[in-house]
Amino acid sequence: MIISDLFQETYNALSANKVRSGLTMLGIVIGIGSVIAMVSIGQGASRQIQSSIEGLGSNLLTVFPGVIQPGRGIVSSGRGAAQTLKNEDIDVLKQITGVAHISPELNRRFQITSTGGNNTNSTIIGATAEYPLVRNVSVEEGSFIAENQLRSMGRIAVLGPTVAKDLFADSDPIGKTIRINKINFKVIGVLASKGSAGFFNPDDTVFVPLTTMQKILAGADFLSTIAISVDNKDLMPQVQADATVALALKHRVDPQNPDFSILSQADIIGTLTQVTNTFTIFLAAVAGISLIVGGIGIMNMMLTTVTERTREIGLRKAIGAKKKDISMQFLAEAVMLTFLGGVIGVMLGWAISFAVSSFAGIATSVSIFSILLAFGVSAAIGIIFGYYPARRAAGLNPIEALRYE
Amino acid sequence: MIECKKIAKIYKDANIETRALKNVSFKINNGEFVAIMGPSGSGKSTLMHILGCLDVPTSGQYLLDGHDVSKLTGDELADIRVKKIGFVFQSYNLLPRATVLRNVSLPLVYAGVKKEEREKLAIKSLTASAFPEQFWNHYSNQLSGGMMQRVAIARALVNNPTLVLADEPTGNLDTKTGEMVLRTFQELHFNHGRTIILITHEQYVAEHAQRIIQIRDGEIITDNINHNRRIINGSISSPL
Repeated sequence: MIISDLFQETYNALSANKVRSGLTMLGIVIGIGSVIAMVSIGQGASRQIQSSIEGLGSNLLTVFPGVIQPGRGIVSSGRGAAQTLKNEDIDVLKQITGVAHISPELNRRFQITSTGGNNTNSTIIGATAEYPLVRNVSVEEGSFIAENQLRSMGRIAVLGPTVAKDLFADSDPIGKTIRINKINFKVIGVLASKGSAGFFNPDDTVFVPLTTMQKILAGADFLSTIAISVDNKDLMPQVQADATVALALKHRVDPQNPDFSILSQADIIGTLTQVTNTFTIFLAAVAGISLIVGGIGIMNMMLTTVTERTREIGLRKAIGAKKKDISMQFLAEAVMLTFLGGVIGVMLGWAISFAVSSFAGIATSVSIFSILLAFGVSAAIGIIFGYYPARRAAGLNPIEALRYE
Repeated sequence: MIECKKIAKIYKDANIETRALKNVSFKINNGEFVAIMGPSGSGKSTLMHILGCLDVPTSGQYLLDGHDVSKLTGDELADIRVKKIGFVFQSYNLLPRATVLRNVSLPLVYAGVKKEEREKLAIKSLTASAFPEQFWNHYSNQLSGGMMQRVAIARALVNNPTLVLADEPTGNLDTKTGEMVLRTFQELHFNHGRTIILITHEQYVAEHAQRIIQIRDGEIITDNINHNRRIINGSISSPL
C-alpha cells in the first residue's frame, strides 16, 4: 500500500462521517489551541516584565538592607524593615572603582493632596540629583531635584506621571503646591512615563530631596535602598563583590553573612522569571489536560470505527491485506485527525493570543518553538491513542470479521 | 491445480472438541467448475476457509499450485490470497462510498500494483464479467444486488487468481438475478477457463457446476461429474 492510497483511504473514511470526525477533532483543536494561547500569554508576560526591568537600567546594582534569600523573591524578604543602610555608606561605595553613579533612596508612603482638593496615596522617594542617571528616568517637564535644593532641604517635589494625572488631571502641575503629610511642597517637574515593572510602578511616585525626606517627612537617618550604576556590564560582578566587602567592613559584619544584600538586575529578573515560568507551566499543564481528554476522544472514536467496520476489515484481509496494511490505515486516520486538529488549534491559539493582547492589553508572544511543539504533540497523540485501536483492527481474524453482524 | 490430502480440522472451545472436517481428500484440476454442496453444519464453510487460505487445517496437506500452504502464518497466507485466490461472498462485501472501479481494483492495492496499471486491469476484469460500462463510476451502494454481486465477481478476477471461491453467491438474490450470476460463472468457465469452486446448500444451484462434491458431517459422501448440468443461455450483458 503506497502513501497516496493511504491518503485516499483516510480521506474516504473521515469524510464518510463528517460530524463525528469534526467533533472528535474539536477536542484536539481546543487542547492545542489552549496550549498555544496559554503559553503565549505566559511567555509574553515574562518578556514584558523582563524588558521593563531592563528599562530601569541594565548596569544597575541595588543594595537592600537586611538579608534577601536567593530564590525566595523580593516580596517575601521583609524588605524595608531593617535599618542598616546609612548615609555614611555612600562615601564607602564611591571609593570602589567601576562605580559610575550612586543614588541613595528612602521610600515611604504618604497621603498627598493638591490645592485643588484631589488626593492620592503614593510612594514618596527621597532622592538625590543622581537618581535620573542611575534609574534611567527622564524629566518630561520642568527639572529634577538639584544639588543646592538637597543642601537647603528644599520643600520641592517632582511628580511621576500617574500622580500628576491623579492630582492635577489635565492642567499643568509645574509651580503648583501639593501637601505631603500636611507639609507644603512646590512642584518643579514631571517625569516621563516608564510603565509598570511587575510589582513596582515607577510612574506612581513622588520625588523629594533625600535630606527633606530624612529630616522632615520620615524623621529617620537610614536609607531604604542604594542604587549603584556601574561603568559597564563586565564590571558588574567585580563591583558587586567589592561593594559587599567594603560595606561589610564598614558595618563590622562578616562578608559571608552581611546585614544587607546587593542584587544585580540579573538577580531580580531571575527571580521574576522563576515566578512567570511557574505561572506558564501551570497554564500549560491545565491546557495539556484538555489535550489528553481530546486524545481519549480520538481513541474512543477509533475504537467505535473499528467495531463498525469489522466486516470491511475482514474483507480487506480476505483479499490480501496484511496486518501492517490494516494497522497503517487506522493509524493514519487517527494521526490525520489529530494533525488537522493541531493545524486548526494552532490557528485558534494564535487568534486567542492576538485577541488577548489587543483587547486585554496583555502582551503575548507565539513562538515558533511552541507551534512546532504543538504539531509534534498532536501527531504523537494520534500515534499513541490510535495505536491500540489500529492494533485491534489488525489483529482481527478475517473469518470472524466477515461473519460479524 | 488444487490437492487436499487427508485434511482434518478440529476446533477446541472450552474443552469441547468439534471435528469440523475428518480426513477430506480430493483433487481439482485447472479449469474445473466444482460445486461443494452440503447442509449447514456439514463442514463446507470450514473447507472453504481452508481452500481460500483464510485458515489452516489441523492436520493433512493442502497443495495450491503444488505449494504446501497448510503450515503458513497469517501474513504469509495473506500473501497467497492476494496472488492466487478470488473471493465472492453471499453479502457482496463491497466498500460503500467507493466507485465500482475502485472496488474492483482494491485487491491490486494490496498486491502493490501501480495506479495506472490498476485501472487497466480493473477495466479488463469488468469487461470479462460483462459489467455494463455506464455503471463503472457509480458508487457501489447505488447498485442492485445482482449488479453488486457482479462487481464482486470482477473484483475476484482482477488479480488473475488460480482459484475463484464463491460462498453462496446467490443466497441474497432472487431466482432470476441468481441465474444471471450463475450464468456469469459459467461464462467465465467456458470462455476464460477459470477454476471455480461454488459453495452452496442448494441442489439447484450446485447443478450449474461441472462436478459436485457432497459433504456431510465433515466427510465427503459423493464426488461425481454432474451429468444433468443446467446451462443458462442468453446474454449476461443486460443490467439487472
